[in-house]
Order: sequence, then C-alpha cells, then structure tokens
Amino acid sequence: MDIKEIKSKFPIFSNKVKGKKLVYLDSANSSQKPKVVIDRISNFYSKEFSNVGRSMHSLAVTATNRFEETRDLIKNFINAKLREEIVFTKNATEGINLIATTYGEKFIQDKDEIIITELEHHANYVPWHFLRKRKGAVIKFAECDKQGEVSIDSIKKLITNKTKLIAVTHVSNVTGTILPLNKIIDLAKTKKIPVLIDGCQGAPHLKLDVQKLDCDFYVMSCHKMYGPTGVGVLYAKKKWLDELPPYQGGGGMIDEVKKDDISFPESPTKFEAGTLQTAEIVGFAESIRFIENIGIKNITQHEKEITEYGLEKLKKNNSVSIIGDPKDRGAILSFTIKGIHPHDIATILDDDGVAIRAGHHCCQILHEKMGIPATARASLGIYNSKEDIDILNESINKCNKVFNN
Amino acid sequence: MDLKELYQEIILDHGKNPRNKKKCDGFNKDAKGNNPLCGDKVHVFLKLNDEKQVEDISFEGEGCAISIASASIMTEIIKGKDFNVAKKILENFINMLKEGYKPSINSLSDNENTTIMSLSGVKQFPMRVKCATLAWHTFLHAAEDNKKVVNTEK
Repeated sequence: MDIKEIKSKFPIFSNKVKGKKLVYLDSANSSQKPKVVIDRISNFYSKEFSNVGRSMHSLAVTATNRFEETRDLIKNFINAKLREEIVFTKNATEGINLIATTYGEKFIQDKDEIIITELEHHANYVPWHFLRKRKGAVIKFAECDKQGEVSIDSIKKLITNKTKLIAVTHVSNVTGTILPLNKIIDLAKTKKIPVLIDGCQGAPHLKLDVQKLDCDFYVMSCHKMYGPTGVGVLYAKKKWLDELPPYQGGGGMIDEVKKDDISFPESPTKFEAGTLQTAEIVGFAESIRFIENIGIKNITQHEKEITEYGLEKLKKNNSVSIIGDPKDRGAILSFTIKGIHPHDIATILDDDGVAIRAGHHCCQILHEKMGIPATARASLGIYNSKEDIDILNESINKCNKVFNN
Repeated sequence: MDLKELYQEIILDHGKNPRNKKKCDGFNKDAKGNNPLCGDKVHVFLKLNDEKQVEDISFEGEGCAISIASASIMTEIIKGKDFNVAKKILENFINMLKEGYKPSINSLSDNENTTIMSLSGVKQFPMRVKCATLAWHTFLHAAEDNKKVVNTEK
C-alpha cells in the first residue's frame, strides 16, 4: 500500500501549519476528508441537488436515488441484513440519544438497570443519565483495570434481572482498548439483554459485520470515517425499529396526519424527521467507496503497524508514560509527559505542525479513575506514517526543552 | 507566534512553583472555576477586610502551566490591593489578553508590571486565553459573592 499516494488524495495535507508540514494525529476526534468526498458534495449541489423523498420533479428523483444509495452502501459496509435497519442521524451522539429516548420511553421503568463501562465517552453516558433523571433508571459502571481492559467478568457481575440494556464502546477513545464485543454480546444474549455499541472508534478502523456480531444497536459518526460532518448512522435490528416509538416529530416521518391522530410509517422513515443533511449523506457514499477501495482490512493492518511503531518509540522515551496497556489496541496512543500538562504539550507540538488533542477527551469518568485530569492523545488514520511518529517523538523532546525538564 | 513568548521564564517558574497555592488562613470568600472543555479547575480563597482590601488571597487547582502561572501571578499582584484597584488590574489584564492593550495601572510597581506582562504572549494563542483568565474571573466571583461556578464556556 502506498501511503504517500493515499495521503495525496487529502487536500488538507498540501497546506502548511505554521510553516510546517501538517502531522495530523487527531483522527479519533475527526478524520480529514479525501478530495473525492469534498468534490462530491460540491458536485451534488452544482448538478443534482433537490430535497429528497418529497417532490415529483426529475431533480428530486435523482437526489433521492443518490441519498438512498448511501444507505445501501452502508448496509453492505457493515453487512446489515436490511437497508431499513440503517437510520441516518446527525452523529453517533444522536444515535445513542435516539435509543436512550425511545427505548427508554418504552422499556425502562423505575430501578431498571443500564450497564455501561468506565471507558465510555460522555456520549454513551449522558443520554443514560437523562434516563436516570427522567425514569429513575440505575446506571452501573463496569470497571476497567489499569491496562484499560474491561473484563467480561466485570460486566457479568453487574447483571441482574433488572438489567435492561448493556451499552459499551467498541474501542476506547483514550486507551485504545478494543472491547471483547463477541463475549459481551454472547453473555447478554444468554440473559436476553439488548446491546448497544458505540462504534465511533471502531467503524473507521475495523471490519464490521453486524449480523455476525449480533449486536442490537451500533452507532457511528461519519466525520470520523473520512466523511462529512453532520452525518451519523444508527444501525438497529429491524425488530427494535418496529417496536420503538418515533424519536423526533416533523415532516417526512408521518404516515397519515389527522386532527385527532397521527400514524407513522416504518423504519427508517419513522426516525428521520425533517430534511436531513442531504449533500453530506450523498458525499458520505464517496467515503465508503474510498475506504472500500483501500480495503478496511488493509487500513486496520496499516494503522496497527504505525500504532505499534509509535508504542515502541514512545515507550523508549523516558519522559513519556503511555496511558493503558490493552492487549488489543486500536489506532490510539494517549500519553502524559512528566511535569508538563497536556495542554502545554499540545501547544508546543502545534508549533511543529503536529496536531494532537489534549484534555479529558470527553471521558472524565475514566480520567478520574486513572487519577489524572488530562492526557495528550495521538490518534491515527490511513494517512499517517512512521515519519509522523518520528516527528511526534522529536516534538515531545522539544516539550522537555521548553520546560527545562 | 513564538513559543518563547508564551513560555517565558517567569511563567515557567510560576507554573512549576506556584505561589499561594493553598487554602489561606481566615479566608472569608471563595469561588470555584471550571474549564469544562479541558478539565482545568481552580478554587480561589479570599480574605477581604472591612475596608474592602484584599488582605490575603490564595488558590488551589489543577491545570496547565499557563493557568497555574496565571493564578499564581494573580495572587501575588492582587494581595494587599484595594478591591477597586484589583478590579481595575483584572480589567486591564483581560483587555491585554483579548485586545492586546498594554496594562496602564499607576498603582503597579515595575516588577509587578513585568510579571503581569509576561502573560501577554498568551494573546497570540487564542486557545489558551481561557487558561489564563480562569483564575481572574474566579477571583471576581469570590469577591462579589457570586455563588455560581465560573465556567469558561458560558
């Protein structure tokens, strides 16, 4: 695989940052966009745009076809059984909120329990907190150990006959831990508990087969998958989408509207109120094609190689502590430098054109557990190379110089 | 934008060895501040006497070199000042970081001016201005008995 060639497909890398070559290590936050995606959006607006699923004119037909094509591509990309199981949202956060609201409305009663983990992003905690406030649900946290692993036992011991949902991340956005989803879902199935997966850090990097995985819900954010902002996907088994009430009300999600009652269509229409991010959804089709042209397994392999190189390099750097040591790690390296706060690290790295994220990465529960207020995080995408890691490492050494460490 | 302007010796020194980082004896006012985007936290303790003079001021908290240094520098400069003067210094400080104005306060000694000016480089790093202003806003909340936690995102 020619990474230089792949990287050349991303216009952002032709720009300099503070006169330096951009070393983008913030893909867990949001990935950069290939030219095909950017062009597709512009092209769609220039030649094919109209609102979808409403009007009868030619443009509306074209736009609707393009829009629905993306749904088919996603269905195949994650190997869902039915295209109706793919619901467009604005991001993974909205996907989780949709389930928390609708599933919560129908199935959660006072004292019912929801199991999440200490690794979760706030997006997979706050919506459940709302349910705790609204319906008296109990949220239980499966513990993670020092390595950043969540064992199957730590989940098993929390399950009671009150457990109504298990919601876990696919890959931790801080420690990079890949969770043992197969084991978790097998366990949940024996107890007939549905499982929601926050796939934000999984979908852009790992091969997905939701039928084989057999999860009930899987959410993702397209902007982390070389796609436009404002688009998310909720995959849900059809039986759930049939049973759950609508989420938001408005145009496009109704069957029949009368003064005394309203009926609703089937999924996905039922869950897609109002005009969606049409151009972005059309553009996202190109992101899927881009990923598939490279091959998701090739992406996983390449990122694994760079992650391992990064781990090796940073472990040799005496001033650096790597956060978490999971057996199975995604393309994420969080770290701290002795005596230098992560914000200061980020500012100094930025001076070298190295873009990382510093802070709690929307994981305050995890940071509190680890006893550190913040970490610096380097996260990878298909465009990263070993050279990027070398520049990161040198820039880390510069932090020590600036701080006279 | 020069890193050296941001990480001046004075700032690094205050960041590593913050002054008045404790709960001061006999404080009669306090307030907390958060930067929810990055997790910086500060708690300012203030002893304001009947003549509205800052008899003592201190802070506790965690954060980056800029936020800790700024809190430390604030306590050094504001200690002993009348509240109205302290408020004027604060306004000048915020103006310096946001608008780039040089502080013009007659009541500051040359030394104090140099110290406060050491933070002027922060202006060139817009993402870091909130780090530098958090403790100062929190001081104001404490002095004015504003019980709301200072939140940089509001």
